[in-house]
Amino acid sequence: MSGFDQLSLDGVGRRFGTADALADLDLTIERGEFIALLGPSGCGKSTALNCLAGLLPLTAGSIWQDDQRIDTLPPEKRGFGMVFQNYALFPHLTVRDNIAFGLRMRRLPKEEVRRRTDAAIDMVRLEEHAGKLPGQLSGGQQQRVAIARATVLEPSLVLMDEPLSNLDAKLRLEMRTEIRRLHQSLGLTTVYVTHDQEEALSMADRLVVMRLGRVQQIGTPEEVHTKPTTWHVADFMGYRNLLPVSASRVDGDAVTVPLGGTTVNGVAQGRVVAGDEVVAAVRPEDVRLGNEDVTGLKGRVEVVEYQGRELAVEVALEDGVRLHARTDRKVEAGEHVTITVTPGRLLVYPSEGPADRPAAELASAGLAV
Amino acid sequence: MSATAGPGPTLNWRHRLAERGVDRKLWLLLPATIFVLVLFIYPFLYGLSLSFQPMNGGSVLANYQRFFNDAYQRDTIFTTLKIALPAALLNVFAAVPIAFRMRGRFRGKRLMTTVLVVPITLGTVLTAQGLLNFLGPTGWFNRVLMGLHLIDGPIRLTNNYWGVFFSLIITGFPFAFLLVLSYLSGIDPTLERAAATLGASRSQRFRRITLPLLAPGLATTFLLTFVLAFSVFPSAVLVGNPAGSTRVISLAAYQAAYEQYDYSYASAIAMIMGAVELVVVAIVLVWRARLYTGSTGGKG
Ligand SMILES: Nc1ncnc2c1ncn2[C@@H]1O[C@H](COP(=O)(O)OP(=O)(O)OP(=O)(O)O)[C@@H](O)[C@H]1O
Ligand SMILES: [Mg+2]
Repeated sequence: MSGFDQLSLDGVGRRFGTADALADLDLTIERGEFIALLGPSGCGKSTALNCLAGLLPLTAGSIWQDDQRIDTLPPEKRGFGMVFQNYALFPHLTVRDNIAFGLRMRRLPKEEVRRRTDAAIDMVRLEEHAGKLPGQLSGGQQQRVAIARATVLEPSLVLMDEPLSNLDAKLRLEMRTEIRRLHQSLGLTTVYVTHDQEEALSMADRLVVMRLGRVQQIGTPEEVHTKPTTWHVADFMGYRNLLPVSASRVDGDAVTVPLGGTTVNGVAQGRVVAGDEVVAAVRPEDVRLGNEDVTGLKGRVEVVEYQGRELAVEVALEDGVRLHARTDRKVEAGEHVTITVTPGRLLVYPSEGPADRPAAELASAGLAV
Repeated sequence: MSATAGPGPTLNWRHRLAERGVDRKLWLLLPATIFVLVLFIYPFLYGLSLSFQPMNGGSVLANYQRFFNDAYQRDTIFTTLKIALPAALLNVFAAVPIAFRMRGRFRGKRLMTTVLVVPITLGTVLTAQGLLNFLGPTGWFNRVLMGLHLIDGPIRLTNNYWGVFFSLIITGFPFAFLLVLSYLSGIDPTLERAAATLGASRSQRFRRITLPLLAPGLATTFLLTFVLAFSVFPSAVLVGNPAGSTRVISLAAYQAAYEQYDYSYASAIAMIMGAVELVVVAIVLVWRARLYTGSTGGKG
């Protein structure tokens, strides 16, 4: 099957028994895009990918490749490449035969199979290992074989299921760059599953953030990073300070919430009315320790973590709430400090009822007092 | 490596043994070794030496010469092979598709497995009786066929080659099935899915991925059912034709030992029986050694 201009998922859903592992997924993928599916464990990322690949039948919705419906085709007819989380290399075939497998299945001429396999082996720099069995390779090398095997067919879509999750931190960074490089140089269209927000932000053109089988937000890395649509997305995107509070004053977008015995100003993300139970979210990077008493927020340093150029600090406010903050000033545990929140960076989300609140944070704050 | 580099000669020596898998844990193998020696090696060596001491005197190899010069005796080898090889092959090849079907989880799997495995518990004699009732000249099978006017007289399916063959299938298949099923569930199912995304059709996936990974297991299964079938004795007598077409080699040994009371000759026949089995086992193992036998990525 040749390439497509657009791949559309239309209300795609997959149900296991009575539980929806994936529901109402609407997404249009443009040719050449790098899409990251992002979300916590169990949110249905793999399910979505397997549905796309044809390894799991849909229980709702349809998938369209331009104007052809493909969700009824078996995986071998879709022509999508897939990189599995555990690589799924054929243990009885050498690296070369693993990579050539798809080409042989197409019954391409011997000469072409050899040429394209060689090119793929070069591309992932495995020349010296071409004759080895997968069991004789390191994790990173196996990873590269899996990528070469999936891309050698020049598939119209490449699906990757957490391909870097088994690698160590340094190799993960290298492979990230390498996958992005391959995506660009081969002109691939890629759907990449990960639970690592940093990985998703750095690699993807667009992010699809999921939770409990449903899409929470679709947007560019910048949109998702700076304007999460719900506090769940914010939670996932590194807004470590999630504070269940009630809005004390609302003026258009500007919301004032109580914090640490005084009040701070935030930006409403959705419909917020004064007196509402809301969730205030702010990144540690936007909470700084100040020298001067500016906003009147005061606290005591509880935990200090060294993080290279900066220190990550946990500060207990006067009302017992704990804030994660950053500073480049040297501080010690027990020190009394003042705190400033970067203006405009405190986001205020409406909550959908008493159950829809950041419970874990509440509990830990409660325990700490 | 120079001696000064290591912490001392004794330690070096231990390290080198450990590299080859020799260490103190090997003592744990001692009970098993004694068990094997007492239960298998000793009787084997005893029988072997007995076979070289012919009852009626003569050369050391007299018993073996007697066996191979007597066409009636010699042919028992081929009779046995002719029953055991096809039966073992059929068991293995019938087990593969059924095990393949039963791999996943589905409703009624436990019942299916039980039904398939029950014949193990029946024992040969009960199986033989069942066969006679079912396939015998006045059994249901023939009666139904005659009732439908498909045949005029009963087809002979017992007290001949086929009787023994069916009995070996009934008793051997459950073993083959259980073994193949366990080998098959040791193969990671994502391998087949990966092959599917690479464009392999169902049959290509089976041929290129599942079968090569399963082949060593199939070889082992074949050997086990073959060895079981090769020493067939009760069914050869009960549902076979022990005087003619199913005069198997174990029957020849039995007759030598308990009808002619020539233990020495019987031992020689037993040794020949073992040798023939060993040849088949060796051929299959040599073939198996050329296959990939490493990890199949499954969860066991
Ligand atoms: N075969 C199955 N039968 C029943 N439930 C399933 C099955 N496969 C997945 N699920 C359920 O569907 C939900 C989504 O699973 P999925 O594997 O898509 O999660 P994921 O987002 O890939 O998680 P992870 O990051 O841990 O891989 C989970 O709650 C899981 O329990
Ligand atoms: Mg997953």
